[in-house]
Amino acid sequence: MSVAVVNRRQFLKSSAAAAGGLIVGLRLGAALAPEAAEAAAAALPLNAFVHIGTDDLVTLIIHKSEMGQGTVTSLSMLLAEELECRWESIRNEFAPVTPAYGNLGVYGSNSIRSSWQQLRQAGATAREILISAAAQQWGVNRSICRAEKGTVVNTTSGARLTYGALAEAASKLPVPAAPTLKPSSAFKLIGTSVKRLDTPAKVDGSAQFGLDVRLPNMLYAVVERSPVFGGKVVSFDATKANAVPGVKQVVQVSTGVAVIADNTWAAMEARRALAVTWDEGANANVSSAGIRDLFVKLSGQPGAEARRVGDAATALASAAKRIEAVYEAPYLAHAPMEPLNCVAHVTSTSCEVWASTQAQSSARDIAARTSGIAPANVKVNTLFLGGGFGRRAQVDYIGEAVEVAKAVSVPVKVTWSREDDIRHDLYRPASYVKFSGGIDAAGWPVAITARVTCPSFGFGRGGVDSTAVEGITPNPYEIPNLLVEYQRADTGIPTTYWRSVGYSQNTFFMEAFLDELAAAGGKDPVEVRRRLLAGSPRMLAALNLAASKAGWGTPLPAGRGRGVSLVNNIGSFTAQIAEVSVEANTVHVHKIVCAVDCGVVVNPAGVASQIVSGIGTGLSAALKDAITIDHGRVVQGNFNNYRVMRMNEAPEIEVYWVPSENAPGGIGEASTPGVAPAVANAIFAATKTRVRVLPIRLG
Amino acid sequence: MPIDFTLNGKRQSVDVPGTMPLLWVLRDTIGLTGTKFGCGVGQCGACTVQIDGQATKSCQTNVSTVAGKRVTTIEGLSVDRTHPVQRAWIEIDVPQCGYCQSGQIMAAAALLQKTPKPTDADIDTAMQGNICRCATYRAIRQAIHRASDLTAKGGAA
Repeated sequence: MSVAVVNRRQFLKSSAAAAGGLIVGLRLGAALAPEAAEAAAAALPLNAFVHIGTDDLVTLIIHKSEMGQGTVTSLSMLLAEELECRWESIRNEFAPVTPAYGNLGVYGSNSIRSSWQQLRQAGATAREILISAAAQQWGVNRSICRAEKGTVVNTTSGARLTYGALAEAASKLPVPAAPTLKPSSAFKLIGTSVKRLDTPAKVDGSAQFGLDVRLPNMLYAVVERSPVFGGKVVSFDATKANAVPGVKQVVQVSTGVAVIADNTWAAMEARRALAVTWDEGANANVSSAGIRDLFVKLSGQPGAEARRVGDAATALASAAKRIEAVYEAPYLAHAPMEPLNCVAHVTSTSCEVWASTQAQSSARDIAARTSGIAPANVKVNTLFLGGGFGRRAQVDYIGEAVEVAKAVSVPVKVTWSREDDIRHDLYRPASYVKFSGGIDAAGWPVAITARVTCPSFGFGRGGVDSTAVEGITPNPYEIPNLLVEYQRADTGIPTTYWRSVGYSQNTFFMEAFLDELAAAGGKDPVEVRRRLLAGSPRMLAALNLAASKAGWGTPLPAGRGRGVSLVNNIGSFTAQIAEVSVEANTVHVHKIVCAVDCGVVVNPAGVASQIVSGIGTGLSAALKDAITIDHGRVVQGNFNNYRVMRMNEAPEIEVYWVPSENAPGGIGEASTPGVAPAVANAIFAATKTRVRVLPIRLG
Repeated sequence: MPIDFTLNGKRQSVDVPGTMPLLWVLRDTIGLTGTKFGCGVGQCGACTVQIDGQATKSCQTNVSTVAGKRVTTIEGLSVDRTHPVQRAWIEIDVPQCGYCQSGQIMAAAALLQKTPKPTDADIDTAMQGNICRCATYRAIRQAIHRASDLTAKGGAA
């Protein structure tokens, strides 16, 4: 494995200096006392991911963002499985942006998938170097040496050397060729429920999120942005804002007007006192009603062909029964718990940012472009993310902070209010789908056509945005006749990834419509799916597991119904069965049973947490609020009108997985898509009311 | 006019406008960043602290109103994560992203002081003001029951 070794000591030294002696977010290890931090700073790099200190502390470098997925823990498991270190000796740091780590960014539930080989390899390589160092020291053949619990053992003499004692010699040895990796039967860590390494720091307030960064002489800023997407500042009067005690400066930036003060609250107060005149631009009259009219109009015309199987038109014409339906989903905001924020410090020769970001490499690039500093002189420090859900894969807020920081000579923290976060998001696009489906004389589905009218997810390509149709195509089934068309609707509302992306709405559309076809044919919804899954044994196994655990087909209390949904996304196969009742038009979700085949399960407890979390995201989207637009402005602004699930609404959730030897699939976005359709289908089972529009509103 | 109060057991004096929310005094003026900003309008609970033992949203609390009172933040709940609620949180491995957890823990600790043996319904009522976007709610509920047991077995709440 070829690695460019990070000059870690240099890196730590400069960071510590910049932070006034505080180690800000670089160390995640639980309860690392300052003296321990000093000691660990002597760690020697064996490769880009494994640094070992003479004190036996093992520093594992995490090159993926931690936004709750358990990445720090699961990636450490991959490294430690091969490294054979003691779990208690592990400390972690987030990786800097250097070529050693490639393009740093977390999206598509890819952290484990993309690291599965890479990090086990890095752990094994470091282990082999340590064994070589020990063999040299003893003057023996390395074949009689073995690594075990942070030591190398001489199996002939029984002598032992700790990794710490070997670190210095090992760090000078050449990196060996790729060693053989353990077979799964030899795993000690992988497959066990290891406690999260970041929990202790997250129960005592010491975990450093982006918003928690404090630097010497740091100032605090907020930005008044155009109320209308794409609007520009015409003029502003800062007289009153400047009079607020603590205000240092008011400056115009590309996105609006920034107020810089000596604390966040003063900046917020002064912002309220600003008078800004806006050129609202081309989107000033955009409204949700107008967007829907556009969708309806576009859906009346053929779209670009996204997928054609068989001959759907002919099959529909000759079908014994034909069903038509229109499905809709709204714009959604991400609303992570930690509002967006970024600290930036720009000097004449350098630019440094501290951010909770999913996209460090893009962050470095936008910071370089905005500051005019060469990328090599831009440093990105990654902090814990208080949620991301795709929002923090965008770097607009980082570029903006750098622009604000250019106005002053000291570091500046730009904090977004919750209203800023909800009204200046890049949204999960709304979508409108016209379906036709046909069933044969025996009642089985034989044809589906779907015309998807949806803004692009921001990729801006002509023809088909494959993201906007994913879930309808590809889908888990073998449908003999399928035609999927895409009509791109341009609305002026910015869009981007949102947990599970296109599947977040298309799985609802597809799975709910399939339920309609099953009902029209008088078939059991699980039976219909089984019949269409002949080519997908992994999806079928997940369905069968969920059906068995949920007691599909067994009697329920009066008024309750069960609904099923399937999704194959991010390399995993997920089946869900929801149990609901409806009381005075209010939906109660009592229980969700989820079965997943995500390949090898690295950390079972972590997988279960992610399934539960993904279901929570899906339930909020299914049952709570939408983003709506009026005069080019987002109507919602905070958790009072963009409501999300609270504790009293959290259902019982059971998680199961299909044992698998396949390489890991993703998990962070596996369970979100299937929630709305499982709930909608359960509502139909309980009430015979068909839900075709999200969020679900009955009566 | 300096405002004096007790913060995590120690005397604290701040010279800031009395209308400044306690949240920002804690975070920006004093530098205790364990208390989080989430919504600024008392809707999410991320900023929950205890004032004289009551769970209180610090974003909705003018600092002048805490003069002479006892303010406890996550940093002051225990010095070594040994408060029963923290022990239970670690045992159950509750946090995911973790951003809301300071507020959840402060609300849970206040609940257990008033109601040492809460039912699920008690917990749901007490914790409804605290949002978790990672949906760790069921784990939180389980951890509150566990903290209740730990307290009964002799941990000081």
